[in-house]
Amino acid sequence: MTTSVTETPAARRAAAQPSAVRLGLSRAALETRMFFREKDAVIFTFAFPIVLLVIFGSIFSGALEGTGITVSQLYVAGLIGAATMTGFQNLGISIAVERDDGTLKRLRGTPLPPAAYFVGKALVTLLVSSVQVVILLAIGVVLFDLELPSEASRWATFAWVFVLGVLGSSLLGIAVSSLPRSRKSATAVITMPFVVLQFISGVFIPATQLPSWLVNVSAVFPLKWMCQGFRSVFLGDTGAALEIAGSYELDRVALVLGAWVVGGLLLCLMTFRWKSRSDG
Amino acid sequence: MTTAVRVRGLAKRYGDVQAVGGIDLDIREGEVFAILGPNGAGKSTTVEILEGYRTRDAGEVSVLGADPGRPTREWRSRIGIVLQTAEDAAEVTVREAVRHVAGYYPRAKDPDEVIEQVGLTEKAGKRIRQLSGGQRRRVDVALGVIGDPELLFLDEPTTGFDPEARRQFWDLIRSLAHDGTTIVLTTHYLDEVEALADRVTVVAGGRVVAEGEPGTLGGRATAKATVSWSEGDERRSLETDAPTGTVLELTGRFDGEVPGLTVIRPSLEDIYLRLIGAGAR
Repeated sequence: MTTSVTETPAARRAAAQPSAVRLGLSRAALETRMFFREKDAVIFTFAFPIVLLVIFGSIFSGALEGTGITVSQLYVAGLIGAATMTGFQNLGISIAVERDDGTLKRLRGTPLPPAAYFVGKALVTLLVSSVQVVILLAIGVVLFDLELPSEASRWATFAWVFVLGVLGSSLLGIAVSSLPRSRKSATAVITMPFVVLQFISGVFIPATQLPSWLVNVSAVFPLKWMCQGFRSVFLGDTGAALEIAGSYELDRVALVLGAWVVGGLLLCLMTFRWKSRSDG
Repeated sequence: MTTAVRVRGLAKRYGDVQAVGGIDLDIREGEVFAILGPNGAGKSTTVEILEGYRTRDAGEVSVLGADPGRPTREWRSRIGIVLQTAEDAAEVTVREAVRHVAGYYPRAKDPDEVIEQVGLTEKAGKRIRQLSGGQRRRVDVALGVIGDPELLFLDEPTTGFDPEARRQFWDLIRSLAHDGTTIVLTTHYLDEVEALADRVTVVAGGRVVAEGEPGTLGGRATAKATVSWSEGDERRSLETDAPTGTVLELTGRFDGEVPGLTVIRPSLEDIYLRLIGAGAR
């Protein structure tokens, strides 16, 4: 009696597996298509920060004492921080849903390398966050006298804060996707900490107005540092006086965001599950 | 004989529950092999171990010559899995889904041919969300076979189908089997086993309680038949090894037509219920 291996045609075994990079791009294309076809979700995903900016920017339209910076400019920087962290919410919910509806289990049963799945998620998140940020900047410029920085160095800061922020918060989102027990509870479980984080991280309320223990809590998470980095880009040196530390602490921003990327990756590798809890 | 799946002494325990307690299986290349058993009998656990989804506590398992406990990409590209519940990818079209998944495999079949084979050519441009339950399962099968697998797992594929959809689905499975794909089918339906399976194993209480061809399972072919007829106002019946002789004798006695004559052999269902009853004890 022989086993089937020896019977397998040599040609079949020799056929090369498709490259993980190409599959990652293919996943990204599919995910993008699926994202933009959920029309209602698309509209609300992009409208949410815009509506918030218009409302907050219109209510608090005065200038901040002695700096020439308006409150609405502060909100643009803060909401760009929140938009950069959308990946936390989007991935936290969408992966929880995909774990529950069998998407992950099906993918696990195919030769798709897990890395390709995550590359696909990362690229879609980058795309969605980028579009949100561009829209916010446009509204800031047109409605709220936001001045885009002219120095290349500030745009370089913008780029690394954005990329590290998107990566860190996406990884954190992938990690927390394991927390909801089912897709029904996913939105509630993931949205609550995100909203809380926005309130304590200086998106809506300047950190100087928060009790220090809340500031200390927010300093553990990436959002406070992302907002701080974006303020350095859009408010410039005059705004530094408004910071608690009296400066933007860009070295600390880089350190904390970098730590979240590494820590988030480790957390994902240790906790990621392909099957739902009900499936054992 | 070449073996696609070989299992010896497979065991799996969840906490205090021994889900699988020493199962042996030999599935030949090219056959349709059914695994039958009540809920909680251990058949899903067994199949998920073979598919590489679960680890085992004990036993030897070889699927296409490899250990599914350590699945590789190369091995995954040689098997196909059609899961029991799948409701993903609702917003993509049938053609997009099949083409996309084809890209995962080193030697995928032609997507349009596979869509044709599962009978969805007219629905190829429709989003999966818009399909009926039966059509949705056909998409699952298309995604399961697109990589041209040597071995295909089908987990309760026709649950919730109407009778016509089931017949059409059986034809699809037959056409796949005809192409030489080894098929492992788990099901609750005995008529499905009779219609499709070359061999069947009955699992109950985490063990194999019987194995054989559907027609001879559990001594079905040699089991006693029950001959019944009416005599006056009375209903008579007789269990016999030789029903033909009994009928001949009756024909002689009645001089022709025997009133209300029936000859009943145990159905697969009778045999199955007896087997799982024995297994549960």
